[in-house]
Parts: sequence; C-alpha cells; structure tokens
Amino acid sequence: GRGDGAIGLSVCFCTGELLLCEANTVYKYIQEDGSNRGTYGKLICTNFKISFLDEDSASDDNEPQFKNKIIGENDITLQCVDQIYGVYDEKKKLLTGQLRKYPEKLIIYCKDLRVFHFCLRYTKEEEVKRIVSGIVHHSQTPKLLKRLFLFSYASAAPNNTGGRNQTVMFDTLEDWRDELERTKGNVKYKAVVTNEGYRVSEKLPLYFVVPICVSEESILKFQGRGIPIWCWSCHNGAALLKMSAFPKEQDDNTSQMQKAFLDGIYRTISNPPYELLKTEDLSSSLPSLQDIQTAYTRFKQLFLIDNSTDFWATDVKWFSLLESTNWLEIIRRFLKKAIEVAECLERQNSNVLLIEESATDLCCVISSLVQVMMDSYSRTKSGFQSLIQKEWVTGGHSFLDRCNHLHKNDKEEAPLFLLLLDCVWQLVQQYPPAFEFTETYLTVLSDSLYVPIFSTFFFNSQHQKDTNTTGESLKTQSGPFKFLTVWDWSVQFEPKAQALLSNPLYAEKLKPDKSQRKTTRFKHQRQLSLPLTQTKSSPKRGFFREETDHLIKNILGKRIGKFIINSSDEPHNSFKEFYDSWHSKPVDYHGLLLPSIDGPEIKVWAQRYLRWIPEAQLPGGGTIATAAKILDLMEEVQSLQVKMDEEHSQAISRDVQAVPMLRNSARLSSLFPFALLQRQSIKPALPTSTWKDLEDEDDLVKRDDEFVDLSGDMS
Amino acid sequence: NEEIPRLPGETRVTDKDVIYMCPFNGPVKGRVYITNYRLYLRSVETDPVVVLNVPLGVISRIEKMGGASSRGENSYGLDITCKDMRNLRFALKQEGHSRRDIFEVLTKHAFPQSHNLPFFAFANEEKFSENGWMVYNPMCEYRRQGLPNERWRVTFINEHYGLCDTYPSLLVVPYNATDDDLKKVAAFRSRNRIPVLSWIHPENQAVIMRCSQPLVGMSGKRNKDDERYLDIIREANGQISKLTIYDARPNVNAVANKATGGGYESEDAYPNAELFFLDIHNIHVMRESLKKLKDIVYPNVEESHWLSSLESTHWLEHIKLVLTGAIQVADKVSSGRSSVLVHCSDGWDRTAQLTSLAMLMLDSYYRTIEGFEVLVQKEWISFGHKFASRIGHGDKNHADADRSPIFLQYIDCVWQMSKQFPTAFEFNEQFLITILDHLYSCRFGTFLYNSESVREKEVSQATKTLSLWSLINSEKSKFTNPFYTKELNRALYPVASMRHLELWVNYYIRWNPRIRQQQPNPVEQRYMELLALRDDYMRRLEELQITNNSKIPNSSASSASPSQMMSHVQTHF
Repeated sequence: GRGDGAIGLSVCFCTGELLLCEANTVYKYIQEDGSNRGTYGKLICTNFKISFLDEDSASDDNEPQFKNKIIGENDITLQCVDQIYGVYDEKKKLLTGQLRKYPEKLIIYCKDLRVFHFCLRYTKEEEVKRIVSGIVHHSQTPKLLKRLFLFSYASAAPNNTGGRNQTVMFDTLEDWRDELERTKGNVKYKAVVTNEGYRVSEKLPLYFVVPICVSEESILKFQGRGIPIWCWSCHNGAALLKMSAFPKEQDDNTSQMQKAFLDGIYRTISNPPYELLKTEDLSSSLPSLQDIQTAYTRFKQLFLIDNSTDFWATDVKWFSLLESTNWLEIIRRFLKKAIEVAECLERQNSNVLLIEESATDLCCVISSLVQVMMDSYSRTKSGFQSLIQKEWVTGGHSFLDRCNHLHKNDKEEAPLFLLLLDCVWQLVQQYPPAFEFTETYLTVLSDSLYVPIFSTFFFNSQHQKDTNTTGESLKTQSGPFKFLTVWDWSVQFEPKAQALLSNPLYAEKLKPDKSQRKTTRFKHQRQLSLPLTQTKSSPKRGFFREETDHLIKNILGKRIGKFIINSSDEPHNSFKEFYDSWHSKPVDYHGLLLPSIDGPEIKVWAQRYLRWIPEAQLPGGGTIATAAKILDLMEEVQSLQVKMDEEHSQAISRDVQAVPMLRNSARLSSLFPFALLQRQSIKPALPTSTWKDLEDEDDLVKRDDEFVDLSGDMS
Repeated sequence: NEEIPRLPGETRVTDKDVIYMCPFNGPVKGRVYITNYRLYLRSVETDPVVVLNVPLGVISRIEKMGGASSRGENSYGLDITCKDMRNLRFALKQEGHSRRDIFEVLTKHAFPQSHNLPFFAFANEEKFSENGWMVYNPMCEYRRQGLPNERWRVTFINEHYGLCDTYPSLLVVPYNATDDDLKKVAAFRSRNRIPVLSWIHPENQAVIMRCSQPLVGMSGKRNKDDERYLDIIREANGQISKLTIYDARPNVNAVANKATGGGYESEDAYPNAELFFLDIHNIHVMRESLKKLKDIVYPNVEESHWLSSLESTHWLEHIKLVLTGAIQVADKVSSGRSSVLVHCSDGWDRTAQLTSLAMLMLDSYYRTIEGFEVLVQKEWISFGHKFASRIGHGDKNHADADRSPIFLQYIDCVWQMSKQFPTAFEFNEQFLITILDHLYSCRFGTFLYNSESVREKEVSQATKTLSLWSLINSEKSKFTNPFYTKELNRALYPVASMRHLELWVNYYIRWNPRIRQQQPNPVEQRYMELLALRDDYMRRLEELQITNNSKIPNSSASSASPSQMMSHVQTHF
C-alpha cells in the first residue's frame, strides 16, 4: 500500500504497518559537524520502523541508483536500532526504559552503523514525550515473538508467491539427498526422517544426515546429542561433521552412560569405510560467544561517529584502537581454525567432527567457512545462500537470541553471523575473481539481518518457525503465514540495483579450452630479484617448501646453523606446511582457497563499516572506480556484440539500447553505493587532531636535519 | 652453460660456492657470481632453481659472521644488509681465504666511492629506444605552466651556480624583483636557497614557492630585502590577501633552529604573511621509523599485535603528516586566496616532499608517466635533494647520519594516493617500485650526486650515464595503469586518515614468500581481457560492415557466429 491519508507527508507504508506515534517539526542534522545544517520534518514510529519524513522530500529528483525498496534513507527498522541516546544540556545519556525527563536531542545509533541526530527543541512537549518514549519502548524493550512485524506483514500481505530461486532451503528430505549426491557423500551417509514431528529434538531440523551405520535408536537416545551430523563431504570422501556435546553431568551414572554411548559412536564411525576421525572441540579452541560479543561491541563503536572532531581524534590512535577491540584477531583465529580443518580434510584425508555444546554457533561459522574455502559452489550466489540455509537457518542457529531481536536477554547476544560475513569478506577481498557475489552483496545481506519482513533471520530454529507459522493462528483468520525469504532479492532491490550484487570479475568455471587456459592461468612468480632483470627460471610448485626441506635434511644434517632466522628447527607443524605450500602455488579460483592470515592481510571491511562516514569518502576513488570501469567496458562489449549480430544477420540496425549502468563513473564516491550524502565536497578532509609526541625518541626529534651552524657566516 | 644475466658493460669479477641462508626456507646450496654491477646467486641441486639478483648498489653494509674457529654448520660467512628492506646471509667454507676474497671484492664494488672507483652507471652500455635525459627541460616545463608571464620572469642569475650551488641554473622569480634583489635575499636564506617559483595555478595565478629558512638567529635579525621580496611574491597573484608560509617543521624545532642561526618568519617582520607549522619531523626520526618498520616485517611479519606494532613504528603517521601538509598547501593555492611559501630548514627534504605532492594533487599532468618524471626531475633532482647523502650511493659509511629515506617516504605518499584513486594515475605500482629499485642500483645516473652543480661540473652526467627514464619510457606499457582515466584540472585530495592509509605491502614485504602478490592483479587482468575483446569486436565489426556494404550477398560463411565467439563474456545485466 502507498500513502496514508492520516499522514500529511507522502510516506511509503508496508502492508500491515501501523502508525504508533509521531512528532512534528523535528530537525534532523545532515551531519553533525557543528555546522547545524539539516532539515525539518516529521518523526514517526510504526510497528515496523522509525522514519523521518523530510518536509521538502519532493526535491528528491535525483533518485539514487542503489535504493532499498523497503528501507529508505531515513528509515530505521525497530530491529536495526542499536542504541538511543538523549542529549540533556550537552550531555549524552543512554535511554533504555522509563524516562523522567525528555531530551532536547535524540541520537539513534543503528546496527547498520548509521547515526541519526534529531533535534527536538522545536517540537511540542507533548509530542516529544510521545515520540521519545514510543521509540524507546518499541525498539529497546522486551517484545513477544508474535509482535514482530514479520507476522503483521505476513498476515496482511496478499499471498506472497515468493519468487522461487535457486537457493536450496534444506527443509525437505529431497534437498538433503540432493546435497549428498552433489558432494558424493551418499555412499557413507544417509538422510534420516527420525525427527519428523520433532520427536528427537526441537533444535534439530526435520531432516538431517548421519553416517549410515548410526541407528535411529541411538539418535533418539539423547535427543540427538552425541550424534555426528553430516555437514559436507570433500572430493576425497572425507566428511565434515558436527556434534552437539553432552552438558557437564553431575550424576556419575549418567555421565558413564554418555561416555559409553560416545565410545560406541566413535568406534562405529572410526572403522572403515569411514576415514580416520579427528575431533575438534570448538568451545575450547576458539573465543567464546562472550568474547566475540565484547569484541564486536567495542569494534562497532569505532565506527559510530558523532562528528568530524570525533573522527580525527580517534584517527591518531587508530591502529591500537582497532587492535584493542580484538575483532580482527578473532577473525584471524576463525580463519585459521577453518584452514586447520581444511587441512585435515584435504591433506590428511580424515573426517573432522566439530563439537560444541549446541553445535549451532561456532560450528556454523567454522563449517560454513570450510565449505566456502573448499567448495567453489559455495562461492556462487545460490551456493552461498544454500549454505546459509543448510548450516544456519535450517541448521538451527538461534538468530532471534543471537541478534537479540526481542530484547529478551542481552547475555544471549553474539554476532556470529556477522563474524561469518566478515570472514567471507576477507576472502572476497583477497581473491576477487573467486566469488560470484560482491562485497556489496555481503553488506546488504548483513543489513537484512534487521529487516523483519523475511523469516530467514527471525527464528531460533525450524521448529520455532513451523509452530509459529501454523500453530494457534490456524484458529484465527490470519494463518498460516506465508513468510518471505531474504533470498528473494527482488523484494528489496530493483534489477538495476541487484546488478551490483554480482561480481563482474567472477571467473565462471570454463570448460577445458586450451587457448583460453593459457591466458587465464597466472604465472605465479616470486620475486627474489629485481623485477627488471628476471631470469628464465620460473619457480613453480614446491619452490618454497618440499625441496628446501629435503635440502636441509640432505646437505646439512641435523644441526642447523646458528644464523637461521626462521624457526625452521621447530617441529614441523602440518598446518604451516599446508598453508605455505598452498600459498606458493598459483591460485585456482575454482579450487581450494585459503585466506592469507598474516597481520597485514586481515583488514577492516571498509564498505560496511565506513560507509556512512563522510570524512572517509574519496570522491572518484576507491575500488569502485576500477569496478565501474570494468562495468562500463562490459557494457560496451555487449553493445558491440549486439551490433555484430545485427550486421551479421544484415538486419536493419535498430537503436541499440544498452543499459546505462554507471555513467560518469569517474566521479562516483568510494562509498558507492551507500554514501548518504550525495554532495561532492570540493574541500579536502583535513585532520584536526594534533600530532602526538614521539616520547621515546626525544633526542632524535630535537636534532636538526644536518647540524651546521649558520650564525657564523652571516654578514 | 652457466648463463647469468649481464648488462652491456657489465663484467664478471668472481664466483664462489656458498650456502644461501634463506630466512624463509632455510639454507640453499648455490653459486654466487659477482660482477661490477650485481650479486647473482643460483642454487644447485634444487628444482626449481632459486635465484637472487641483487644490484651491488642496494648493499648498505657487509659484515663477517663468525671466525675461523667458529663451530657449527654455517656459522661462518657474510651478512649483507640491503637498503631495500632485506638482509642476505651466505655461509662459506672455513678453509683457505675464501671469505676474505669475496668480502674484499664485494666491498670494493659495492662501495666504489670509498675506493676511488666510478659507479657502474659510467660503465653501463645499455641502449634504449628513448632518451630519458630529454624528458626534463626546465624551460619547456615552465612554458607548459604559462611562464614567464607579466608577473614572473626566468632568471639566469644562477647559470654558473654562483648565487646558490644547490639550486638549478634556471629559476623563476617575481618580475618585480631584480637580480640584485635576489642576491641580497640570498644572504638571508640558509645556503642561499631563496624563494623561487615551483608551480603556478593556471586560473587563479596563486603560486607555490620554495626556499630554505630565514637566518633569523637568536637575536631575531631582520632583512628588509627578504621582507620586501616576500611582499612582491604576495602581490604577484593579484590578490591583496596575506602570503601563507608553511614551515614544514614542528614549531619547537623551528624555534630551536634560531640557536644555530636559523629560524622562521616572525609576525613582526612579516606582517603580511601568515605562518603555519606542519609538524613534520626531521630526517633522523624518519630513518629510525623505517628501521623499526623493517624490524616488524623482515624477515618475518610480526605475528601477534600486528596493528600496534605497526603503529609503534610511526611510519604511517609520518606519511599522514606529510600528506596532510601537502593537502593544506594544495588547498590553499587552489582556493586562490593566497600564494604559498614552503620551507623547512634547508628546503631540500620536507620542502621537496610538500611541493611535489601538492603539485601532484593540483596538476593532472604530473600524474602521467612523463609528467611524474618531470616532477621528480624538477622538484627533487634539480632542486638539490641530496640523493648522494641520503642514500649513500657507493659509500661504505652505513651509519652516516645524513642517510634518510625521505624520497622513499615521498614515493610511499604517491602510492597511497594512487591506491586511493586507482584511475587517476597513468603509472602503476611497478613504476614506483622500479624507481625505488634504481634509486639504489647505481645503474643509471638519474639519482647520483647531491646537486645539479656537482653533476654538471664533475661528470657531465648526461653524456656519460644513462637515465632511468630511458628504461621506463622504452617499455612504457609495462608501467602503465590500464585504468587510467585522463581528467584535466581536477584537484585530487587524498584522505590522510589512518582508516585509509595502508602499509605498502608489495614494497616493504615483497621478499616474504608468505605475502601473496597477485601478479598480474586479477582486476587488472580482467580489464585487459575485456579491452582486447572490445578491440577484437570492433575490428570484426568493421570488417563485417565493409563486407556488407560491398553487397556481397552471403558473407556469413566466412566467419563463425559472433555470439558463439562471445559465449564466455559474462554480462550480469
């Protein structure tokens, strides 16, 4: 539905959206830079979102190229609100529950990193009270599941056909069987129906896959705990499995039983035809959910910037600030763990069993990462989406609790899905041609976590979704609900905007064609010499690893000279060997992909985190500048193609209508497609903070470049 | 059969069996060859062959490791410190005088200046299709800027380097200042480096001037001629606003300089000028900073606490300050409100960084390959950046306090800009790395010696050596950025924020095999493929059109269906 008579300004309401409160003559600062520039308008709060309705929004004639159809520039879904601050006499105070005094300014920090500043000084007191308490209440206080906008939307929306796409949802037995077949895991693993009616566990999906030798009886014995559940099979037959561990048991008897049960299971799946089994207790080898939450809370704070002064003040100590959040280190550790698992599967040919109490948190991150690294299908759009369905959505990750969508328990919150996306982003930026999707895709996917239109990220399990889809609502006229899936991108984006989610660099797997091969394969050369005078010898496979190891043993005996800098005398860690040997070979974008995890290679996902900060904007710069040139050129090639076809068929040349993608792309903002401010500043951004002292180098600092006494030779 | 690369004019001196102590992969048995230009190592019994190819010019220090009585395998040998962020270690057999010979040969050829020997550049007989010495002609460059004009004139007062022996012979000064005035001003400027024009804004006529510090001293001396000269400069852009002076130094250092006779322009003496300090530190601080950087990246990249380690080197903070200073200079000039005078102490280190970076931001010509060569030639080489002292070409005094990576820091700033604006520069990363490699190699005359006067008086360099630009301009395609989009008159301001500044991994950590250098860059490669495809289609289309126009009824038999040929182009629309 569009427009609502009750509201004077034109506002786009979703079906099922209800206005809850509003305030007039609210002043929204364009950017808190002290200039106080901004616009007046109306601030409203609905059961879906908080929205600022610009009074002169009519002037919005230059439609941005990349626009979300549901969430506008000035819309904040209730689930997207991170924190709300009130400003009282220049002092910021966090607003949570009941308010006694109403602030003159409202600052809303969003989970997608936007920051809104609203001035309420010109608003009627009554309206201030209503809007502030309304916004705080609806976005910050505990909520019932059924109060999520998801349900209003689904019940009011005319039968959503849900444009079926290629994403495998893993909600049928067929989907699992197909996946087993695809990965050739069907010889040793089977899809089971034991959980129909959720008689095993409400946490497990209706259908899942276990080793063929595991009986229905044992699955039922401990509600699915202690059962290896199949995630994926490697080309060599080795499989990635996960298992929900037994909680610490006080009772000796029970724990004895559990131990015996586990021993039995391990015995069964360690025997042929099963590969050697390696178990990996993730809760002891990875940061805890609490660590991850703490790190992210600190990390995101670095990007929720109030003004320019803030930006430059934090710039001086930027690297140590970043490090102190620990977020990048956590990313590094997860990537490293995933490489370790990949090494076991790929090189040691052994099965890997990931163990975690619920097997729905750390397990999801690691199993997804391993598949992204090892299975090029997971690097296509539909493959990645299917992976998220398999490991996360159907797999039972508690999105509702981990995102704290209902504000039920802050302690349950942990950004595990964001962690996965950030890890995948690291791979995307290290190997651009390997992914069918772009970083923009990952960014909008992360934003979709907070859009309560799609069911994808708003349930804790398949069971919870199922019971709430039908359940009691059958009695009312509203059910069963037909929820939308986030994978139907047309709900959020027009085709033109969707084009920005596809990677123009993606090198689709070519059919063997010798002439093609030659040009696309990289000659990967290490430069040990000056680049200008390269020799004919082209270091290839094993240059840096096997041969030299062999050498060390053969020509030098056991004792290693004292001036080896590298610690090659320490016991050879198979991980390092695997990692180094992979990195010394040319990259096959369709094969195994290992991230570089050296310090300089783990970066801040600038597009997601810096996108709303005007100071960080480079007009005409950034990676988008080159990407735009590629898109332009592709367009040109395409139109040539059309012309050639026409010439060829000798048809009368009609006007070729190429889709103009990014014309005048030279001046796109580096923050494209996200920059809030379309303004192209002519003034350069200048640091305002001052240089800090070089404490430890005082003597050097005071010296002059070259000490020459100039006073003597003056006439 | 032992084929080692050899340049024309390069002669073999000696060779020897050694064990190369590779810091990444352990000892490698090989044979090292030394010529008058390079050290070349080729491994034996390894497949593939390990090769080291190091111009002797990059060697900063050669040390002996262990003694005749040293025990343990490979504890006896040579440790070579290089100027390009690496160390080379070779283990030798303890018998004979094997080490002494190689040490002496290396020392002699790596440090020819300390042994009264010429640089390899004078022996180099390479031939190139382009002559790099023709790239920079000061008169042409000033003419390109629209000079001389009614307010600015070219003076030959320094033709024989009589006014200032570290300046070029040709200078541009205000029309209203006589050569006599210039001489008087020279007496009040450190090393006679008077304010002269570097660049003029084509539209608003505001200028960038460069010079050294005024000789104010403890007593706060004044000089009427200097004061008047600065006023003439201020007026020359037709504006009545103040002249902006950027002193590159931190305030305290500028004050401290008074003790040795230097100083800065006081408000009393120069009421029509506004002075700002840019807080850029001296050459010693920069040298220490780079040393610390090397410590965390070579041979191994700091494992834990990478970010705080990087921060503690301060390298990127210095880069940030230099860029910030240059942005201020450029912004001031481009706003048209005032001309700018830049100096530090002597005006050949920080000043060169600031003026040339500001010019790069303001004038798109300098973002082309040839324009950048002109810029380096002009602001650095001709205006007396002391390359010989800062790099220590052929000089064994590795601990010389005059050495400092000022030019490297400048190139890093340029790289940061090119990284932020990947379509704005005609040259690629390889171009910048090549410049840095030959900053040390002594294969070309380009960076040798401290000033134009030395170059001219002592060596008549252009006839006896080759220019680096000859090499580059002869194979330009190798150094060209395919994404370059020509844009005229667009000021390009980088964002000098730590959020955007990055460590130049492909330069500083390039010796580490664990740092993956995707060569060629996949984005670039994709673009090149598309370009080739487009050209191919255009050619075919033209052919088709000709065929069709000549009304040959059926031409389709001659070529395959175009859509078949194009099946591998992905479009995503």
